[in-house]
Amino acid sequence: MKDFSKEMIDHILETAEKLESIAVMKERSDMLAGKVLAVLFFEPSTRTRMSFETAIIRLGGEVLSMGSVDASSISKGETLADTIRVVQSYADTIVLRHPKEGAARMASEFSQVPVINAGDGAGHHPTQTLLDLYTIKRESKLEGVKIALAGDMKYGRTVHSLCYALAHYGADITLVSPDELRMPYEIIKDLEARGMNVRQTDSIDEAITEVDVLYITRIQKERFPDPAEYLRVATSLQITPELLENAKSHLKIMHPLPRVNEIDPLVDNTPHACYFKQAFYGVPVRMALLALVMGGME
Amino acid sequence: MNHEHADFELEPGLRVRPIENGTVIDHINAGQALNVLHILKLPGQFESVVSVLINSPSKYGKKDVVKIENRELKVKELDKISLIAPSATINIIRDFKVLKKNRVKIPEYVEGVVQCINPNCISNSSEPITSKFRVYEEDNTINLRCVYCERIISENIADHLLRE
Repeated sequence: MKDFSKEMIDHILETAEKLESIAVMKERSDMLAGKVLAVLFFEPSTRTRMSFETAIIRLGGEVLSMGSVDASSISKGETLADTIRVVQSYADTIVLRHPKEGAARMASEFSQVPVINAGDGAGHHPTQTLLDLYTIKRESKLEGVKIALAGDMKYGRTVHSLCYALAHYGADITLVSPDELRMPYEIIKDLEARGMNVRQTDSIDEAITEVDVLYITRIQKERFPDPAEYLRVATSLQITPELLENAKSHLKIMHPLPRVNEIDPLVDNTPHACYFKQAFYGVPVRMALLALVMGGME
Repeated sequence: MNHEHADFELEPGLRVRPIENGTVIDHINAGQALNVLHILKLPGQFESVVSVLINSPSKYGKKDVVKIENRELKVKELDKISLIAPSATINIIRDFKVLKKNRVKIPEYVEGVVQCINPNCISNSSEPITSKFRVYEEDNTINLRCVYCERIISENIADHLLRE
């Protein structure tokens, strides 16, 4: 995501906005008629895979799915490089999710057709970052947004990518996490060098009063050797209707989903809840990427 | 003794004699000489004389020096040496004279030289690729950023050199 310039990001987001009426079926499109998108997912996924499939179908193209890894030649020991060399001759673009970091970068070296990274292990997940930016743009404001990011700031690479992208928009960032899950110092240093104002706290109550957007992520149990400690941290970051009493009226709450217990279901019906809309925005954003990559739009 | 050759010779008393033909690697960061030998797979089956000086005093503090008789270096070996001894100079000796003297060049990229420290990096799997790193200097330290997973190696690079 660091490689994306502001102009490139803006262009993708503007394209997504143009395509949103197709995403909600107000208009029909055959922009990518006859084009084939290969969807190679080596790890389970619900939202990313389905929203890519919806995106190509809404634009009139076709999906070629590998199906499960167990039923494919990967289970016979085929390398990813060989799979890519074969599939690129069947499709116009490949969407890849793989457990190894750098898999999409490697795949692009073996493919004549574009490869879109739909997540590579603990590495990058750029289309998630783009849809997060789009959600902020549509539901709040991107330029100078005051945003709190809460949860695992240490290992959550999607949060890191989002911070780098927000640096283009002069965002004011508050990071909310327990001490043991603080964002790595090199990244903070890097963000500050890009002119960003970054604050750190472990109190969500304090952060929530100031911000336009609260982006919360799941804290993984396996990061904590002591289950009691995990429970203490997870509870301290939970979003409840009571907590929201001190929030700005226009505050939007985002979450990449799936959620476990980070957000009380009672929050779902408040005007602050934005996470299901965020999941929907994955469709126009991925439509925009496909349209731009597969030649439907420039 | 040719006077050019003298600048990596030591003060009178001559701890290591000049060589007739071969390579002198001078200005190696102190303490890295054995890693340089490891890169060059020396001594191994090599039969000529190899002299090693460790923590030798010089104008700029301590340094290591390696002299290898009857051997010149390959580009890949030079790339590896530049990562652990960026100030090293390579002196090619013919008939006791310095035929050529160059400082090692830090390459922009290195391929198949270092192993990525990230066990989950695609370059550490059975895929038909070699490791690839972008090399850059920051605060006088050599950093290697993996082209695939972007993990950065900035310490103990010698520990991650790939054996061929």
